[in-house]
Amino acid sequence: MIITALSATAIAVLVTMTLALIRAMLGPTVFDRVLALNMFGTKTVLFICVISYLQGRTDFLDLALLYSLMNFIGMVALLRFTTQGDFGQDRCDVSDILGTKSGPISRSPITADRAVKSAEVTR
Amino acid sequence: MIFASLLAESSSLAADGGQSTSFAIENLLTIIAVVSLVGGSLFSIIGGIGICRLPEFFSRMHGAGITDTMGAGLILIGLMIYSGLSLVTFKLMVILFFLTITSPSSCHALAHSALAKGLKPELDLKRGPVERQPNASEARS
Repeated sequence: MIITALSATAIAVLVTMTLALIRAMLGPTVFDRVLALNMFGTKTVLFICVISYLQGRTDFLDLALLYSLMNFIGMVALLRFTTQGDFGQDRCDVSDILGTKSGPISRSPITADRAVKSAEVTR
Repeated sequence: MIFASLLAESSSLAADGGQSTSFAIENLLTIIAVVSLVGGSLFSIIGGIGICRLPEFFSRMHGAGITDTMGAGLILIGLMIYSGLSLVTFKLMVILFFLTITSPSSCHALAHSALAKGLKPELDLKRGPVERQPNASEARS
């Protein structure tokens, strides 16, 4: 009886993941898509837990735990990108951390290349 | 299945002598676990249908919330009841704890950023559904 219930739960979670993907494809705004992807991640965690019981191995629960944390970090990073346009690397002032004054060229590695290239172009 | 074999072993050991009550309790626990699993899967499907059919973004968040709290909670509680007291139950409790903390806070951050971007809820409690403004032909008559 428990195997039937676990299989039915796995199929139900798969159906929910499909419905979330449909909303992720249809959603008119970006927030609909982010919400659907968040739900997809949560259902993935549940699916891994149910599959671990069906297989008889307990190792998969560690994977589920890790994936729930990664889902959260991915959501926060995506929200920061959609609301502010970047991941915040340009605003980090390294001189506060190092204790030195920052010059005209910013110290983050991505914009340092851009500053050097723009200096070459204007010369 | 490791857990099923363990349960069968203990129930067969309990079947002789006056230990038959533990077999009934284990059967009852299995039935409670099955009911929780089925209920959790039903709530997940209801939340999935809600996120597809509701009209606008802030209503769809309600469907996702049903999935994350009742669906995930009931399924994980059913799995915990089925496996009794062990390390597996502790791991499932930690997974449930992280899901309870991270999922509502990401939904809250999402709603906050949607409001900051200017997305307004259409089904407002005080105003009712947004009414269509009368166009020129209706205003004349």
